Formats: sequence, C-alpha cells, structure tokens
Amino acid sequence: MTISELRSLATDSGTRGGKRTADRQNAGAPLPTKKKRTWRSYSVYAGLVLIFAYCLAPFYWMIVSSLRRTADIFDNTLLPAPFSLENYVKVFDGSTMFGQALLNSLIVAGTTTVFALVLGVFAAYAISRLNFRFKSVILGVIIATSMFPGISVVVPLLRFFTDLGWINTYQAMIIPNLSFAIPLAVWNLTTFMKQLPFDLEEAAMIDGCTKWQAFRKVLLPLAAPGVFTTAILTFIHSWNEFIIALSMINDPKIQTATVAISKFTGATEFQAPFGEQMAAGVIVTVPLVIMVLIFQRRIVEGLTAGAGK
Amino acid sequence: MTVTTAPAPRNQTPGKPGTPGKKPGKSRTPGEGRMAAMLLSPTLLVLALVIVYPLISAIHQSLFRAESGLDADGFVTEGEAFVGLANYADLFVGESGRRFLNAFGNTTFFTVSTVLLETVLGLCLALAMNRAFRGRSFLRASILVPWAVPTAVSGLLWRWIFQSDGIANTMLGSEILWTAEGTASKLAVIIAEVWKTAPFIGLLVLAGMQIIPEEVYEAAKIDGAGWWRQLGSITLPLVKPTLLVAVLFRMLDALRMFDLPFVLIGPGKESVETLSMLAWDESNQLRYGSASAFAVVLFLYVAVVAIVFVKVLGTDVTGANRLRPVKNRQKRKATRSQKAEATR
Repeated sequence: MTISELRSLATDSGTRGGKRTADRQNAGAPLPTKKKRTWRSYSVYAGLVLIFAYCLAPFYWMIVSSLRRTADIFDNTLLPAPFSLENYVKVFDGSTMFGQALLNSLIVAGTTTVFALVLGVFAAYAISRLNFRFKSVILGVIIATSMFPGISVVVPLLRFFTDLGWINTYQAMIIPNLSFAIPLAVWNLTTFMKQLPFDLEEAAMIDGCTKWQAFRKVLLPLAAPGVFTTAILTFIHSWNEFIIALSMINDPKIQTATVAISKFTGATEFQAPFGEQMAAGVIVTVPLVIMVLIFQRRIVEGLTAGAGK
Repeated sequence: MTVTTAPAPRNQTPGKPGTPGKKPGKSRTPGEGRMAAMLLSPTLLVLALVIVYPLISAIHQSLFRAESGLDADGFVTEGEAFVGLANYADLFVGESGRRFLNAFGNTTFFTVSTVLLETVLGLCLALAMNRAFRGRSFLRASILVPWAVPTAVSGLLWRWIFQSDGIANTMLGSEILWTAEGTASKLAVIIAEVWKTAPFIGLLVLAGMQIIPEEVYEAAKIDGAGWWRQLGSITLPLVKPTLLVAVLFRMLDALRMFDLPFVLIGPGKESVETLSMLAWDESNQLRYGSASAFAVVLFLYVAVVAIVFVKVLGTDVTGANRLRPVKNRQKRKATRSQKAEATR
C-alpha cells in the first residue's frame, strides 16, 4: 500500500459521510402525495433564498458600495451606477500605507500559523498516541486556555513588552497571538489524529521503525489534510485578530490590515471615507472568502471537529 | 472497505511487551512518559508565557495603583503604590464604579441577547440546511462568508449600513441614529453580531444533526409522530450536547466582545461599552491597576460561566466522554455502508 492509498483510506470516512446523507435522503424521505411535495419543495426553496440573502446581502452591499464613486456613495441602487474603481485606487495611493498593512497581516498571521502548527503537531501526537499520566488534565488545560479573554492577555503583556521595548514589533503581536492559536491547533490536530487508525503506525513499528520514524513517515503524511485544515483555521483567526494588534502597535508601518482599516479617516471628521473603507474591507475579506470557497468542506470539518464527531 | 478500530493491544513492540498485569492499551512504557513530556513541553512553555504569566501579572498589577501626585515638598512624584484590594473595592463605588457596573451590565446583556438569538437562528439555519437536498454545498459556502469576514471589517460594514442616510434607514423608512449613543446602537451591535455568528452555530448544530441515525425518525414516523413532535422529542434532545458546546463557545466569545462595538459604535460610548473595552481604555490611559482589575474580573466571569457549563450542564468540551460513542459510530457507519454496498 502506498501512502496515497493509505491517505485515501483515512479520508474515506469524509466521503462516506456524504454518501450517508444521500442514502438517508433516499431512504428517509417519505413518499408524500405529489401536491404535498411541491408545496414542501417551494417552502424549502424559499428558506434557501432567505438564507442566501441573510448571509450574503451585507457582504454584497460592501462590494457594491466599494465600486461607487465618492460622489454617489449614498446611492441606494443595487448596482453601482457608474462603475468605478476610484476607491481601490485611493486605498493604495500610499497615504494610508494599506499595502504595507496587508503585508504586515500576512507576516503576523503566517508566522503565528507556522509556530502554532509546529508546536501543535507535537503536542497532538503526544496526546493522541502516547500513554502518560495527566493526559486528560493537560488536554483540558490547553482547551481552557482558548477561552481566555484577549484583554486579560493584552493588559499585562502591554506593560511587559513596553519594558522590553517590543512595542511596534512583529513579535509583540505574534507571541500573544499564540495564546489563541496554539489551543486551536492542538485541539484540531488531536481530534484529527485520534481518528486515524493506529494500526498503520503499529505495522511500521513492527517492521522496525522507531516511534519517531513511524510518526514522521506514516502518521504525518496521513495527517496532512488535518494539518492543512488546522493551518487554514489558524490563519483565518490570526488574520482577523484585532485587539492585540490594536494595543501593541501605534506605528502605521507595523499595523495589521484589520487595525489599519478601522483607523481610516477622511479629510473631515464628520465625513468618514466610506467608499475607501468598503474597498479596503473587500480587499481584506476577499482572500478569506476565496479560501473558504475552495476549502469549505475542510473548514467545516475542522470547525465541527470538536462538537459533532 | 471499512476501517475498524479494533482494540488492538498497543505498544507491543518486539522485545518490549507492555507491563504485565495492566489492562492492554493502558500500559505505559517508561520511555513514553518522557517522550510525551518532551513533545508537550514547548507547547506548555509557550502557554505559560502567554497565559499563566499574564494572569499572575494581572493579579499582581491589580493590587497597585499608579500615583502621580505632589509629595510633601511639592515635587511631582510618579510611582506605584500598593493599594491592596482598593482597585476591586472601587468597582462598586463612585464614578469608576458606575462605569464598571454599566460595562458589566452591557457585557451580560450582549452575551445573553446575542447568544439567545444566535441559538434560535442557528437552529433554524441548521434545520433548513438539513432539509436542503440540492445546493447544499453552495449553501455551506455562503454560510461561511459571514464567519470569514473579519469582525473589524464587519463592524465597518454595519457602520456603513447603519449610517444616518444609509441603506438600513432607507429600507425601514426611518431616521434612526444607529451609531450614536442609546438603545439603537445596542440593537445595531446585536444585529451585526448575530449576523456574523449565527451561521457558526448553524454549522455546528448541523453536524450534530447529521449523526442522528435515520432509523430513529423512521420509527417515530411509524408511531405517528409529526414534524414538531420529531423536532421536540428526537432532534433537539439528540442535538443538545453539540448545541451546548456551541453555546458555551459563543458565550465565552461574546463575554470578551471588543472589536465589534469598538469599530461599529466607537470607544468610550456608554451604551455599548463592554468590560474588554473598559479595560482597554483604562490601560490606554496608563491606569494599569484598574485595567488589570477589570481584566481579572472578566477572566473570573468567563471562568465561572465555563465551569457552570462543564460541571452543571455537563458540556463535554474535550470530547473525552465522546471517545466511546465515536467508536460505536464508526462501527455503525461501517455496517451501514456495507449494507448500502450490498443493496447496490
């Protein structure tokens, strides 16, 4: 058996879930009279349309508003009347350093994700595969830390980092970010690794692999999808982080994108540059939405890992 | 092909059999504990730095107060004086006490109202999605959009929607000042928060619904139970563990709410100031003592809610109790797919 075969075997449970729901629909749906069925399907479609509108309308409004000219930003037409990229040009014209902010976000979120994953993989391996004392206590503690309110981390660390001279540095954001990224990564990876069959590693070890080799050559390739899902989730969480970046940074050069757009101000205090804010919001959100669309199945699996399985 | 998790004896590496006399699978080899310690120590070390140290430091700082006053000789002195529990005593008296109680009330109000609405709406979303046959993946993608929008961006977005001459007022035909002070701004925060997080609850609950075996519903139908009866007697009780976990997470998240009111309404607005915002504001004013006290209080609040959920309601957060059901379920899944293949 090659690794890819093993992997498809391990992820088989996911596809089976889909099959199962299909089965259920075939088997479970009663055969009502035709009239009833059409009424029912209409109500289902109406519900669907409602859900789409609920989820997407505000987001759609952001995109539409970002494509209007400043002059007709208060129009309420459903499509931008004269289509204009004016706001997007303004966002990047240099005065707001938005491009730099995007880069900062990428650096901070990327580094946080890498650290959290490396530490998380080892911790998750220990929790899911090794027998040791206080295992459930340790897992409980790690999960409990994810419930820690951000402000309780920020206030003391703000002072500590001020003394260290770390204000306006990347590490001042990355290290506090780990307080939520590590629990997230450990938990996701643990649930994922627990689902992988132990037999394969065992077989490898019987064939003479050490534990470390079994981990590196058997478990890690099998766990790759789980690691990937965890990476996406951790990245999204770090990308959306606000309070830490807001508190630790006051230099626009180091600011992350979420903080930068919250600080966009117009020429006058009373007229906020809504067009630009919407354009910047779209730019910050679109990478995430694309990620979500591509990896939706994985993300949903990751999000529901703890609760549903 | 099925993957069965046979209770194979673990750790039976040749030449190193498990300790005799213990249950198989529970045996510990001495090297294993050391290896676990080695693998876990970096994580625990970092968590100690970013969680335990701040907590201790916050408790410590909350016992001090920055004092910049004139000393006996008329010089300006700056320093910190140990004030004991004075920062905590101040939570209930005077101007700062009023502000704290207001923030505490706001935090509680937002938590209860948003989580309640989210739960109801999330349940409806999940029920609708569970019914939807076609367009399910499209639905799932669109439901993830509000979740993926950064909170700060959603704050801006709703600020734009709730402008005095924005789309919300146009559609309602009203002239409400949503983003100023007052009840309207509270409502604006609740709407924006529920929009972003109800889909999350919906996803979790849907996952819980999909593991309910269809046989149960069939049996109920044979017994003549209608849709409502099935919902009340089957779906809700069986989804309850999942729902409790989702509600717990949402509550803990809502208790530390910061970004949304901060961006949507603004800092220092009385009607939407939460505990996080208050603590942030205090630390911004360099009053670390009271800021730490607020942070500690918020931490205790979160901890109490979490403990109540886990101990009293029996929310199974770690999934430890679920280990056995997982095994059973895999078996069930296996037999079912075998059945499906056999009938095909």
